[in-house]
Amino acid sequence: MAAQGRIVWVSGPAVKADGMSAAKMYETVVVGNSKLVGEVIRLTGDVAFIQVYESTSGLKPGEPVVGTGNPLSVLLGPGIIGQLYDGIQRPLRELSKASGSFIGRGITTTPVDMTKKYHFVPTVKNGDVVHPGNVIGTVQETDLIEHSIMVPPDHPGGVVSNIVSEGDYDLETEIAKTEKDGKSITLKMYHKWPVRKPRPYKDRYDPTVPLLTGQRVIDTFFPIAKGGTGSIPGAFGTGKTVTLHQIAKWADSQVVVYIGCGERGNEMTEVLVEFPHLKDPRSGKPLMDRTVLVANTSNMPVAAREASIYTGVTIAEYYRDMGKDVVLVADSTSRWAEALREMSGRLEEMPAEEGYPSYLASRLAEFYERAGRVRAMGSPDRDGSVTLVGAVSPSGGDFTEPVTTHTMRFIKTFWALDAKLAYSRHYPSINWMNSYSGYLADISKWWGENINGDWLSLRSEAYGVLQREDTLKEIVRLLGPEALPDEEKLILEVARMIKIGLLQQNSFDDVDTYCSPEKQYKLLKLLVDFYRKGQQALKEGAELSDIRAMGVIGSMLKARMEVKDDEMAKLEQLDKDMQEQFKAITGVKVSN
Amino acid sequence: MTEGGVQYSKIAEIKGPLVIVDDVENAAFDELVEIETREGERRLGKVLEVGNGKAIVQVFEGTTGLSISGTNAKFVGKVMEMPVSKEVLGRVFDGLGRPKDGLPDPIADKFIDINGEPMNPEQREYPKDFIQTGVSVIDGMITLVRGQKLPIFSGSGMSHNLLAAQIARQASVVGTQDDFAVVFAAIGVQYSEAEYFRRSLEESGALKRSVLFLNLADDPAIERIITPRVALTVAEYLAFDLGMHVLVILTDMTNYAEALREISAAREEVPGRKGYPGYLYTDLSTIYERAGKLNGKKGSVTQVPILSMPSDDITHPIPDLTGYITEGQIVLGRDLFRQGVYPPVNILMSLSRLMKDGIGEGSTRADHGEISNQNYDAYSRAQEVRALAGIVGKAGLTEIDLKYMDVGDVFEKEFLSQATDENRTIDETLSILWKVVSKLPKNELTKVKDKFVEQYYQEK
Repeated sequence: MAAQGRIVWVSGPAVKADGMSAAKMYETVVVGNSKLVGEVIRLTGDVAFIQVYESTSGLKPGEPVVGTGNPLSVLLGPGIIGQLYDGIQRPLRELSKASGSFIGRGITTTPVDMTKKYHFVPTVKNGDVVHPGNVIGTVQETDLIEHSIMVPPDHPGGVVSNIVSEGDYDLETEIAKTEKDGKSITLKMYHKWPVRKPRPYKDRYDPTVPLLTGQRVIDTFFPIAKGGTGSIPGAFGTGKTVTLHQIAKWADSQVVVYIGCGERGNEMTEVLVEFPHLKDPRSGKPLMDRTVLVANTSNMPVAAREASIYTGVTIAEYYRDMGKDVVLVADSTSRWAEALREMSGRLEEMPAEEGYPSYLASRLAEFYERAGRVRAMGSPDRDGSVTLVGAVSPSGGDFTEPVTTHTMRFIKTFWALDAKLAYSRHYPSINWMNSYSGYLADISKWWGENINGDWLSLRSEAYGVLQREDTLKEIVRLLGPEALPDEEKLILEVARMIKIGLLQQNSFDDVDTYCSPEKQYKLLKLLVDFYRKGQQALKEGAELSDIRAMGVIGSMLKARMEVKDDEMAKLEQLDKDMQEQFKAITGVKVSN
Repeated sequence: MTEGGVQYSKIAEIKGPLVIVDDVENAAFDELVEIETREGERRLGKVLEVGNGKAIVQVFEGTTGLSISGTNAKFVGKVMEMPVSKEVLGRVFDGLGRPKDGLPDPIADKFIDINGEPMNPEQREYPKDFIQTGVSVIDGMITLVRGQKLPIFSGSGMSHNLLAAQIARQASVVGTQDDFAVVFAAIGVQYSEAEYFRRSLEESGALKRSVLFLNLADDPAIERIITPRVALTVAEYLAFDLGMHVLVILTDMTNYAEALREISAAREEVPGRKGYPGYLYTDLSTIYERAGKLNGKKGSVTQVPILSMPSDDITHPIPDLTGYITEGQIVLGRDLFRQGVYPPVNILMSLSRLMKDGIGEGSTRADHGEISNQNYDAYSRAQEVRALAGIVGKAGLTEIDLKYMDVGDVFEKEFLSQATDENRTIDETLSILWKVVSKLPKNELTKVKDKFVEQYYQEK
C-alpha cells in the first residue's frame, strides 16, 4: 500500500512528512496540494525526509504527501531523441504549453508523445524464445537513429506470442506477449527503468577505439576512448562550455546526451537553436537527430539537479544497449555536488571537506563507473559504449578542491583548463603540461591501422618539444631569449608553431571548428618534420634568422583555417614548399 | 488568534535578523509576514522555515527595537508581491519597492511574485542583438548583446560607476528611444553614488524612462535580499508585458551577498567558503538568470551587475560564483586605474560569452571577431614583453618584441582610453583595432584571414 502522510516541516527544497512508515527509500512521492514531485531520501520512524524537485514556495505543514510505490524512473522508448528534458524527464516543450515562458509547478506530462505512431518491424516471430535484452523489433526514430525495441533487462523472458506484424503503432500498443511458467507478460515499445540503478550488460571490454572529436588538442594530444571517462575542470571563462559543445557537436558517436546541470539557461537555448542547423560531418544529417538534452539550469530547483545526472546516464545506457556509441556530456558535475551538499546540510549530516558530504567520492565513483564499452544482454550480439565527460567548476579555479580531486581518482583523461591561456585567447585553453590521457597506448593501434603507424612517435616528439619549451621558458624569464643557443631558440620557435598551428583551434571558424584525423595527422607531421629539418639545417650551418624568415611558416600556421578537410593536397604542397625552402637556406650556406 | 482567516502569532525569540514565531498553525514556506509592534510600527518579513508549530521569519527592516512582548506576527497568506504598471517609469522606490519620491503608490496593473519563476530554457530566445555602448573596449572586444548578463568586476574606489552610467546613457541613445528603459537598483551603496547615477540619467534625459530602487548604505541590510528581486520583477514586467528593452544595473552585489551571509550565520548553517552559505551559487543564479529574451516577446532584460571584489581578488567567492553564472565579465584593473586610464578595463581577464553571435557580417562587420582576437593576442604578447623588459631591459629585446611594446602602448592610449562623454561608432572602434595591430608586420597577424589583412591593414 502506498504511503499517505502529512507535511510537518518545510525549508527550501527539504520537506519532512509524518505517517510515512510505508514509504521506501528513494521512492517518488507527490507532495502537497499542488502535487509537486519529490523523492524520499531518509526515513526515521514514520517521518520521511523528502527532497522536492519543484519550488516549495507556498507549501504548508498539514498538506498531504502520497507515495507512488515506485523509485524515480525514466521512460525508455522511441521519441527521446531531439527532446529537451528537465531533471526528471519532463519535456520542457510540453511544460511551456501548460505554463508559458516560465516554468510552472505540479505539471504532469509524459516524457515522449505516447500517441505518435512509429513503423515497427518485428525481428522475432511467435514461438521464438526471448531472453532479457533481446531485440524483438526496430523502429526508425529519426533519420539517424534506428531504435531497437528490446525485452526489458528485468523481464523474465519466455516464448513470444501475439507479435504484431510490420506496421505503424503507437507506444501504448501491445506489440507482443511472452509466456513463461504459465504467466503472460505484455510488451510495448517502451519500458521504465529506475535512474539510480545501472542497466545490466553481458560483458565489458577495454576501451581501444578513440572517440574522435575533431578537436586537435584532444584527439592528437589527450585522446579519450569510446567507453572511457574524461573530466574537464576550469575556472570560469576558460571555455569549458565551448569545449563541451564542440565534443557534443563533432564526436563520432551515434547518440549524444547533453546534461546542463545547474548551468546557464542560454547555453541550453544555444544548443537548441544551433544543433538543428548543424550537419553531422559523417552522415550530413542535422545534429539534433542524434541529441538528447537534459536541462536543469542554475535557477531551477536544486534537488532536480541531482536527479538530472542519473536521468541522463540512464538514457545513455539505454541507447548503448542497442549497440550504439553514446557520449554523455555533463556540465557541470560541481553543481551536482553542490546539490548533494545542500541536501546533506538540510539533513544535518556531518560534513566532510568544504561542507560536502562524506559520500561525495563514492557518488562520483558510481557515476563514472557507468561508462564503458560493453556487449549488451540478449541477442543478436550488440556492442555499444557510453563515454562520460564531466565538467568541473572548481571554486576560485583551485584544482585542489574536493570535487576536482575526487573526480581525478575516477577518470582516465584529464583536460586541465588554464585561466592564463584563456586570458591570452589560446583556445581551447587545455594546458598541455597539466593534462593527461590514460588511453594513449590503448588507441595507438587504431591510429596505426587507420591513419599511420608513426602517429604515437610523432605525437611524443611534438609533446617533447612542448616539454622542453616549458623548462626553457624559465631561463628566458630570467635571462631573456638571447641567452639561449640557437638549437634551443629553435625549440621555442617550433613550440610556438605547435601552439598556434595545432593546439589552438577556433570553434567559431567554419573550417577550423572540426579537424579530420587525417588533417590532424598531416599537420602534426608537418610540424615535426619542420623541427627535424630545422635542427638538421642548424647543424649544417644555416642561420636561425633564415629559418625564422621562411615564408612557409605563415602558411603552416594558417593551414588549420585555410585548408579544408577535403583539400589534403594543399598540405602536401606545403610539405614540398617547406622542403625546398630548407634546401634553399642550407644551399646558400654551402655556396658561400 | 485568528482574524478573518489571517493568523496573528506571538514572537518567541529574536536572533539577529530573524524572529521565531510560536503557535503557528497555517503558515506557508516563503509566505509574507507583517510584524506589528506594540507601538503600531509595521515591518515586513518572510518565512524561511516552517514546521512543528514554529516559523522562522527573516525581517527585512532588521530587528533593532523589536521586543518579544507586545509584538505580533501576521501571516499575510501570500508571497511578497510587487505592484507594477507603466506608471513605475520615472519613479524612485526604496529597497522593498515602496515609493521614496513622496508620490503616491503607482496604480497597479498587476501584482507579481518578486521571486519570479525560472524561464523555461526551451522558451528562451538566444540573445544576438548587438548593443552599441559607444565604449570602444566593450563594443570592440567584450561586446554586449540584448538579453545578456555581463557584470563589471571592480574594486573599491575604481571607476565602475562612471562606466556603468556611460553604458546606460549611450546605449539608450541608439535605436528606437521609445522601447528602452533603465532599471537601477542601488544595493547598500553610498548616497553620493546613487545620486551620481540619478543625475547622470537626468542630464541625458533618460530619467523618465528609468525606475530607481534605492537601498543605501544606511538602510537595513536585510532589505538588500529583496532589492534586486523587486527591481528585476519590474524589469521583467517592462520587458515581457510591455515589450521594452530593459537595461538593469545592480550595484553592488557584494553587499547583497553579505546580507545573505548574515542570515545564513543567524540560522547557524554549515558555511561554505569564507563563511558564505553553500547555496550562494544557487541564490545568485536566481537573480542573474532573470536576464534574457523570450520567444514571441518583443522586449529583453539585459543585466549589468556591478560588484566590488574584496581586496581585488577575483577568486573571492562572490566574483567567482558570479563569473560562473554570468555570460562573461568586464574586469577593471588596478594598474590601469592608477595610470589614469579610463575605462581601466583589463581586457585579458574580461570576456563576453555572447559576443560571437552578436558580431560579424550583418550586425557589425565580417572581420570583427578575428581582429578582436588578434588584438587580444597582441596585447597579451605585449604584456609578456613588458615583463621581460623589466628584467633584461629594452636592449635585450628582439626587434619584433619592441614592436609588441608599441602595440601595448597604442592599445592603451588610443583604443582603451576614452572620455566619459565620448560615444564612438563601431566603425571607429574597429578602425582603431586595425591601427593597433598595423604596428606589427603582416606575417604576425596569424588570427586574421588574409583577405581581411589585405582590406584593412594600415600601411605606414
